[in-house]
Formats: sequence, C-alpha cells, structure tokens
Amino acid sequence: MQATTAPEKIPFLRDPTKRSILYQLVTMAGVALLGYYLINNTLINLERQSISTGFEFVEKEAAFEIGESLIDYSAADSYGKALLVGFLNTLIVSCIGIILTVVLGTILGIARLSTNWLLSKLAAAYIEVFQDIPVLLQLFFWYAFFYEILPGPRQALDLLPGVFLCNRGMIFGVPHYHPAFGYAAAAFVLSCIAVWFLRRWAIKRQDATGRTFPLFRASLLMLLGLPAIVWWLGGAPTEMNVPVLSGFNFKGGITISPEFTALLLGLVLYTAAFVAEVVRAGIQSVGKGQREAATSLGLRPGRVMHLIILPQALRVIVPPLTSQMLNLTKNSSLAVAIGYPDFVSVAGTTINQTGQAIEGVALIMIVYLIFSLSTSAFMNWYNKKIKLVER
Amino acid sequence: MKHLMRTIPVMAASLCLATSVAMAGTLDDVKAKGFIQAGVNGDLFGFAKPDEKGVWRGLDVDTARAVAAAVFGDADKVKYTPLTAKTRFTALQSGEIDVLTRNATQTLSRDTDLGLNFVQVNYYDGQGFLVPKALGVESAKELDGASVCVLPGTTTEQNVADYFRVQKMNMNPVVIESTAELSKAFFAGRCDCMTSDASQLAGIRAVAPNPADYKILPEIISKEPLAPAVRHGDDQWMDIVNYSVLAMIEAEELGITSANIDEMMGSTDPKVQRFLGVSPGNGKALGLDENWAYNIIKQVGNYGEVFERNVGVDTPLMLERGLNALWTNGGLMYSPPFK
Repeated sequence: MQATTAPEKIPFLRDPTKRSILYQLVTMAGVALLGYYLINNTLINLERQSISTGFEFVEKEAAFEIGESLIDYSAADSYGKALLVGFLNTLIVSCIGIILTVVLGTILGIARLSTNWLLSKLAAAYIEVFQDIPVLLQLFFWYAFFYEILPGPRQALDLLPGVFLCNRGMIFGVPHYHPAFGYAAAAFVLSCIAVWFLRRWAIKRQDATGRTFPLFRASLLMLLGLPAIVWWLGGAPTEMNVPVLSGFNFKGGITISPEFTALLLGLVLYTAAFVAEVVRAGIQSVGKGQREAATSLGLRPGRVMHLIILPQALRVIVPPLTSQMLNLTKNSSLAVAIGYPDFVSVAGTTINQTGQAIEGVALIMIVYLIFSLSTSAFMNWYNKKIKLVER
Repeated sequence: MKHLMRTIPVMAASLCLATSVAMAGTLDDVKAKGFIQAGVNGDLFGFAKPDEKGVWRGLDVDTARAVAAAVFGDADKVKYTPLTAKTRFTALQSGEIDVLTRNATQTLSRDTDLGLNFVQVNYYDGQGFLVPKALGVESAKELDGASVCVLPGTTTEQNVADYFRVQKMNMNPVVIESTAELSKAFFAGRCDCMTSDASQLAGIRAVAPNPADYKILPEIISKEPLAPAVRHGDDQWMDIVNYSVLAMIEAEELGITSANIDEMMGSTDPKVQRFLGVSPGNGKALGLDENWAYNIIKQVGNYGEVFERNVGVDTPLMLERGLNALWTNGGLMYSPPFK
C-alpha cells in the first residue's frame, strides 16, 4: 500500500531531464578537451619552430603605403592604424554596397512581377545571368573594363567642368574646407531629428482627427532647406578644391578609384540578383485576396503596396535579405584580387611583413564576425519591429 | 588579458598546425615518400613556371631538382606546390612542403621570427622599377606622384614605401595578389610604373604585349638575396639543401659541366676527386650517396649552365651574370671548399 503513495523513484539514466543534462556535460567536456588539445599542440609546435607569438606588432611602424584611405595614413604610422584603414575601407564598401543592393534588388524584384512582358523578362534575364556567373569573374570583368576602356590621366575624359574620368578613377572637385559646412552638417542632423518628431505628430493627429499631413514634402523641405539656409548665413563659401593634372596624376579633389568602383559594381550587381528573388518571393507570399480587398476599399495602388502588401511581405523578405547582406560583406574580401585595399588585403601585408600569420588570421576572423553579428543584430531588431501584430 | 590575446589566434590556426608531423627527420620523411615536395612560384618565367608541355622550368625549379638528384640520384623526383608570396612561409612552417625555392628574400626577421633557415643564395637580386618608355622617365627619382603597381606580401611593399619616403616623394600603390592580374593592369596603363625584384621585372617584361616598349630604370633600391629556405630544427636537411646549391657553384669553379663530367671522373685533381666522390667522405658526412654531387651536375648542371639556360642573356629575360658571377669573375658566388 505504501509503495503506491510514495513517488516512484526513477533510475538516474531513465530520467530524461537528468539524462539530457548529463549528455550536455559530456559534450561540453569533449569540446573543451579538444580545444585544449589543439591550443596546447599549436603552442608547442610554435615554440619548437621558434615562431614568436602575440600582438606586440600592432604598435610597430607599418612602413608600407595604402592606396586609398578614409583617414590620414602614411607609411610612418603603426600596423594598428594600417589595419584600421583596411577596416574602414571594408566598412564603406559594404555599407554603400548593401544600400545599393537593396534598392536595385527591390526594383528588380518588383519588375520581375510586372505585368509588362518585356520588363518582367528583362528582369528575369538579368537575374539568371548575374546569379550564375561567379562573383570573382564579375569583379575581374569590371576591373578590366575600367583599366582597358578608359584612357590614361593625360587623355582623361572631361565629363563636366572639374570632373575627370580616366583609368586612375573618377576625379572631381570638392569644396575647400570652411566652418560653414560644419554648421550645415549640424543643421542637417537637427532637421533629421525634427522630421522624426514631425512624423510622430502627424501620425497622432491623423489617428485623432483623420486629417492627413503632407509629410513627405514637408520633410524634404526641412532636410534640404535648413542646411542650405545655414550655409548661406555662414557666408555661402563656394571655393572649390579642383583637381589639376600635375606630373603623372591629378592632384587635389577626390578620386574614386577603379578598384573601389569595380568592387562595388561587381558586388552590387551580383547580390542584387539574389535580393530580387527574395523580394519576389516575399511579395508573392501575400495572398491575392489582400490586394483585392484593399483595392475594393478604395485604396490607391501605391497605398495598397505601402500599407497592405509590403508590411506582410517584409516578414518573409527580411530573414533571407539579412543573409544576402552578410554574403555581400564577406564577398568584399575578394577585393584583394583586384587591388582594393580592404581589411583582408592590409592584414595580408601585415602578416607577411611581421610573420604573425595566426594573429593576423584571427584578426580577420574577428573583424568579419563583428561585421556579421552587427548586421544580424540590426536586422533582427528590424525584423521584430515589423512583425505582424496579432490582436 | 594578454594570455587571452595569445590563445584566441592560436585556436584559429591550431587545426592546421596540430596535424603537422614531427619535423626532426626531413630526410627520412622524404625518402619514405619517395619525392621532395618543393614550394615554388609557379608563375614566374625564368624562375619557376611550367612550359607549354607542362614541364616545370626555371632557376628555382633546377635548385629543387638539384636537391632531388642529391637525395635520390634522380632529379625528376620533385613535386611542385605553386605558392603565393603570402602562403609560402606558412606552407613551409606547417610541413606542407620540404623545401621552399620560391625567389624568397633572406631577411633577419624571416630567419628568426618565422622559424626559417635560409641556405646559400641562388640569385642575388635587387628591387627596381619597370616603366613604359612612353612615360619619358629616365630615373626613379622622377616618379613623384606616380601610381605604382606592387605585388603584395613581399618586402617590395616596404622597400618602395621607404624609397619614396627618403626621396620625399608621394606614391599611390595598387596592390594585386596575382602576378598575372597585376601585369595585365600595368600593361593596360593602370599604373605609371611597376616595382619588384629586377629579375622578376625582366620576367614580366618578357611576356609583355611588346617587350621593347618597356624598360627597367637604373636605380636598384634594395638588396634581395634570394635563397632557398627550410624549417628551423633539422640541421641535416639544411646541410643537404645548402650543399646542393653550393655544389653547383663549386662545379662551375672547378670547370665541371654536365657535358664533361664523365671525363672529369678520371681527373687527377684531388679537389675534383673529392667533389665527385671518387675519393669518398663528403657523401657520408651529409648522409647521402658518395655520388650525390655527380648526380646534381650530371642531371641538372653547374650554376653557370643553370643560369644561362633559365635567365641568361640568350633567354627572353636577357639578364647578365652581374652579382651572380663567380667570385673569380667579380661576382658574389663563392663556395666553401668541399672537403
């Protein structure tokens, strides 16, 4: 009788909870042991071959030049700064690349679904061709296109006054530094914040009264107008730093190198083909009835897309879009093949000059991990934000 | 923190290094597998590049062949691993190759930090500049503001930056990994000049659409003793590689060629007798057959033959002996006595 009242004792290995804890502990110990073995073995091997380890090299003078840099850099700076230059170069090509890819991919994806036969087939042909050619080949093609087609600097094409195109890149004038530009930039940031508040107010007012507000036009006016007024009040400086041919190359102005352009173009055109398919899948995932219902309510086609289709399609689009963004960032490491000094290229030179291959490769891995994790984090946040609110 | 900073990268590469074998007996390892794995350039005309039939040719290739002739008595027992400037040292460190004959410059840090041992130099080189004649430049000192095509991962990047700094000139480097891609960009006019070791520039000029349109500027801005390398920690293997190179130099000095070597076996000169193993001793000291030097010269040739065949004035590279002449002719090629 007593046996039925007392809880039955389950043998340790039969208890699924305890068993799973045990398995996890055993697995963890196994992984830790393997890790310890690998690290220890490597350290011993390095020791025996008398290869020095550590990150002391970061502070040594780099003693090599880098073709393009967003910050001031010279061969007298440290390896650390050289690596920072490479990091920023990767960052800028990835950021601009991702923005252009999303824009182009969306246009292509919508064009692919267009009822216009020609437009839809053209988009389809584009997607098939660019998806199927390896991105490295595309990079070689665009790079060769620039240096083979364009003339040398002495015969540079003068597109507009002060804008030159040659096989050294596109060179154009920029305004000379003047404090007014700083104030104008600050005004731009301010008007961005103001627009954000304006939008909140407009939505609130519409919810309360039903009256709409011409938000887009008002925002545009503020974003452009305010900085322009500040620039004008600051003395309206117009002096330009114009590029002039001196010696072999242009001096002054800003140069966008063929390496950068080829890399950007190659990555954007390639990745946009994948993004187009993602966008198409997303739009097609929204039931046909949704569009018909919205239309029968009297919404205009733009509003149907904006208010009904897109919010639902985005849920399907965002996760695979994130992975395409990550692909673009990682593919940017192919830059080394066409001479753009990205992080991998600079780290490669550093590795060779210092011989610290393990440290250098680790840095490369960490940097790409940072890029990938921050992109993912942002896109996950965005994904949560657009999630369908179920009532 | 410091400990952590050291272990993270170590984890990264431990997978490849963990598998590397014990490196003590390279000679035994090589004999067991039956061939020598040599790391070479693979794309450098005159030094290491397969010809149109797929047969490897070049000065560095012949150096690897000399080692094979010494070890196996058969110069063909070599397998080649084409390596980039970046991967070459790692390939040697990790045990992927047995010897590196890939126009690598001997430097202090490579001899120490990288855990390598360089042996006898097989080509004394220096870094120069290749320019199109149409550029109208006579000296490297006129290159201020130039776009410079540079091969990455070599001492060249540092040398050229140093040179422009000393001359207080500006430069804009274009760094491309592969020699072929870099040359294409240079010939198309992407850069004003190209910099690398002078021998390499000669090789690149030889494959230009029109070699006569290009010239090498007179300034040589660095010392580049190109030497084969082996791993630290195996002195016997280092001796074998070292003396395989030296044997070719010694043979040239002794007047022994691949053509006359069989007559020379009957020579009464004790130096020649010792060299060719007629009076034994050298082979045993190295752990090789007594006819190791005979095999090298018979199958590969002496240094002069190898030089003229691969890079000499009658080849498309058109290089003079210069520093690479024997010391008796005013060059730097000098071998210790073979006794």
